[in-house]
Amino acid sequence: MGEWWTAVPTETSMGSYEISSISHVTMSPSRQNNLMSMYSSAGLSKSSYSVISAFCTEDNIPQCISYISQELASLGLSSTCIKASSPGGAGLDTVPALNAMYELLQIHRRNMCTLEELEKEQLKKSNTLEQMQMSNSRLKDQLELSIREKSGLHETERQLHLKIKTLQSCLKTEKDEVQKLQSIIASRASQYSHDAKRKEREAAKLKERLSQLLVERRDKKLAIDVLNSLGRSDGKRSHWKTTKVTASHEDEMYKSLLSDYEERQRALMLENTELKKVLQQMKKEMIHILSPCQPSTRGATAEDSQADSDGEEKAGDSSREMLDQSCEHAREQLTNSIRQQWRKLRSHVEKLDNQASQVQNEMESNNEVIPKEIHEDEMEKMRCEVQQCKEFIHTQQLLLQQQLNTSFDDETAALLNDCYTLEEKERLKEEWKLFEEQKRNFERERKNFTEAAIRLGREKKAFEEDCASWLKNQFLNMTPFTDRRSCSSSDGQSALSIRSEPEMRMSSTKAQLAKSLTYATVSTPKPTQSASVPSTAELYRTLRLMPDSRYYLVT
Amino acid sequence: MNFSELFKQSNQLCKVSPDGKYLATCVQYRLVIRDVSTLQILQLYTCLDQITHMEWASDSLFILCAMYKRGLVQVWSLEQPDWHCKIDEGSIGLVSSRWSPDGRHILNTTEFHLRITVWSLCTKAVSYIKYPKACQKGTDFSRDGCYMALAERRDCKDYVSVFVCDDWHLLRHFETETQDLAGLEWSPNGCVLAVWDSCLEYKVLLYSLDGRLLSTYSAYEWSLGVKSVTWSPSSQFLAIGSYDEKVRILNHITWKKIAQFDHPATINNAKAVVYKEVERRTAVGSDDLSLHNITIGTTLFNTQSKYEICPLPVQIPVVKPDPDRANPKIGVSTLAFSSDSRYLATKNGGFQVQSLSWHGSGDSLILLGKEQLCLCFMDTDQEDK
Repeated sequence: MGEWWTAVPTETSMGSYEISSISHVTMSPSRQNNLMSMYSSAGLSKSSYSVISAFCTEDNIPQCISYISQELASLGLSSTCIKASSPGGAGLDTVPALNAMYELLQIHRRNMCTLEELEKEQLKKSNTLEQMQMSNSRLKDQLELSIREKSGLHETERQLHLKIKTLQSCLKTEKDEVQKLQSIIASRASQYSHDAKRKEREAAKLKERLSQLLVERRDKKLAIDVLNSLGRSDGKRSHWKTTKVTASHEDEMYKSLLSDYEERQRALMLENTELKKVLQQMKKEMIHILSPCQPSTRGATAEDSQADSDGEEKAGDSSREMLDQSCEHAREQLTNSIRQQWRKLRSHVEKLDNQASQVQNEMESNNEVIPKEIHEDEMEKMRCEVQQCKEFIHTQQLLLQQQLNTSFDDETAALLNDCYTLEEKERLKEEWKLFEEQKRNFERERKNFTEAAIRLGREKKAFEEDCASWLKNQFLNMTPFTDRRSCSSSDGQSALSIRSEPEMRMSSTKAQLAKSLTYATVSTPKPTQSASVPSTAELYRTLRLMPDSRYYLVT
Repeated sequence: MNFSELFKQSNQLCKVSPDGKYLATCVQYRLVIRDVSTLQILQLYTCLDQITHMEWASDSLFILCAMYKRGLVQVWSLEQPDWHCKIDEGSIGLVSSRWSPDGRHILNTTEFHLRITVWSLCTKAVSYIKYPKACQKGTDFSRDGCYMALAERRDCKDYVSVFVCDDWHLLRHFETETQDLAGLEWSPNGCVLAVWDSCLEYKVLLYSLDGRLLSTYSAYEWSLGVKSVTWSPSSQFLAIGSYDEKVRILNHITWKKIAQFDHPATINNAKAVVYKEVERRTAVGSDDLSLHNITIGTTLFNTQSKYEICPLPVQIPVVKPDPDRANPKIGVSTLAFSSDSRYLATKNGGFQVQSLSWHGSGDSLILLGKEQLCLCFMDTDQEDK
């Protein structure tokens, strides 16, 4: 509202202070206030009449009139023009002026009404807006609340799930345990019942026996019947039972117990001293290991020396007190000092490890400057050693030669040499002979094998042919061509008329073949043709008619 | 290995004398004594009834033959064949009979374990011990033969009595903390007595010779407990085999467990060597010598089978016994230490191994099955390397 007022006056080209005063006066939010302010502005205008009256003065009436008519024209009230009553006069036409004024008033009233309405509407709208905002914020709060609730519920759900899982696992373990216990109970129950049954059976037997004894009249007395008493096994006479004897028994028992304890204690003491010795040794060695590293480790020199002196002291102490073996203090001291030394050793080793790793890193980065020198030194040393060894060997050889040579004069030396070599030559000759012989044998065997293989192949073929012919014969047998078959069996090949035992024949031939093979493998100098010939001859004999004429009759 | 000809025997009564010179066998009611080296019959005795138990005396001079049905015990002498001794228990019956360590007393347990009668062959005197307990191992003599421990049960409580074998004088009598004492055994040095409960409760108690309780050991509760117990020959270790298929070893200084061995069905230990007999029967050499390796397993009698080394892991064929029956065939039933206490042989489960025994030198083990005999020889050279 106020803004509207401020907007209008700024458009006009009036004096700014006048406008600002008007705008200042009319800036109020409410309608009533506006009316009031209007009236007050009217009142104020009365008081500031002097300011507004500054628009029109006695001097500029025609300009004012023209200006106002222009303004009215611009506002659309051109029907009534404000004219001067007389040109250049200070008067004004009253009728158009009053009309203009009336129109302006109407306009003004209308504007006020619209303004009121607008204000009303604006109020309403602002109210609704407020309401909306409130509801919006409320809903937002609700939404947040519900989101939080949801997350809370999620959380509880997750926890419940976890709980369920743990409970399930508990349940499983409980079930397992229950099963185990049940099985234990079952086994125990079976054991108990078994025992109970056994006892019952025994009780029954007892009862039976008792009844039997009660019935039985004659009671068999227990007795011993010995031909003659024996002497005691240790040969001594038996003693009367007196309290002294019982006491001696007790004494003996305690003696044996004591001796056992003493023996055990002795063994334990021996073990103990051994262990202590070992510990002492270890401690000394540890001190020894730690002490030479004093110059190398800078920071730790002071502690080391102190510790060493401590160690020495303790070593002295414990060696003194080693005699007093049961002293717990000494034992503790020893173990503590050992522990201390061990710790130091361990830290030292760790330091060394670190150093070594550092050095290695350096090495990798440094291109092996320093270690190379050491390496070179080592190599030099080794080369010298090798040289020395070589020289040594050389001298040894020379000496040996001299030894061999100087013991005899030239002739005998030459002879001896010859002898030695002669022996070797003889041996070599023999070996060569053997080798040649073996070679020959191998050749022979190889030949035999190949022959046998060839033979085998041939025989196989023959056999197969026989088989075929036999089968053919068989087939022909089934047909009514028996006469022809008996005639055809005169062939050399078809001697397999042996119907009943072809397999046995086969096996026998195979055996003969095998035999021939075995004969062949023996490395005899004679050629094995003779051995093979009988086998094939046999084979052919079986195939031929002559020896097997009886089989012929079978057909 | 050679075998002699077959000799008849009855009731598996066949024993070599303690001095190793004679072999005694029982055939029905006859007792046959042979010389061990020549197997010639030296003596032949005839008893009054079928012999049910036979035992050599410790000095190898006498043998007792017990006939439980008739309640008779007859004692024979090797040196004097004419000498005879007959003990008649009368109407009270006889359930077991044994020698005392000095070889001059005979202990007869009457029927229903009513009492133990101690007969002296020197004085013909008789003593009685009342309320002996009928259990797995109720009496044990110490190795030096000085003391005898006897389990008793009176008023539903277990007691142990220690007697001096010299004159059967009661040295100590104390109550044990067991529910149902199943067995007792002296340590080889005779100073400690191990007492164990029945299989319903795992409890091993150690008593000193004078009756003080030294220590109690219980590995677990409720499940079936101890099945077998054995001392090492040096008295340093006590091996306890239980129904849970484990062996636990206690040491003699603190009586606490120092080692525990399992018998898993799958052998996966890189140090174990498994020998498998092939061709005849796929039975595995069924002991886990898990302390040291067997470097050579040899010497078979059966030429038809041989042993080969199986690559690990090896699955041992296990027959699951019926757990609902009493005294189920699970658990470690036999334990045997070698004579130098270095090795322990154990038998777990239902394998058909009747006995395990070590040779005196401690480097070979003999396994007796129902039909087979297996000798395992251990090469100890590698140990020194």
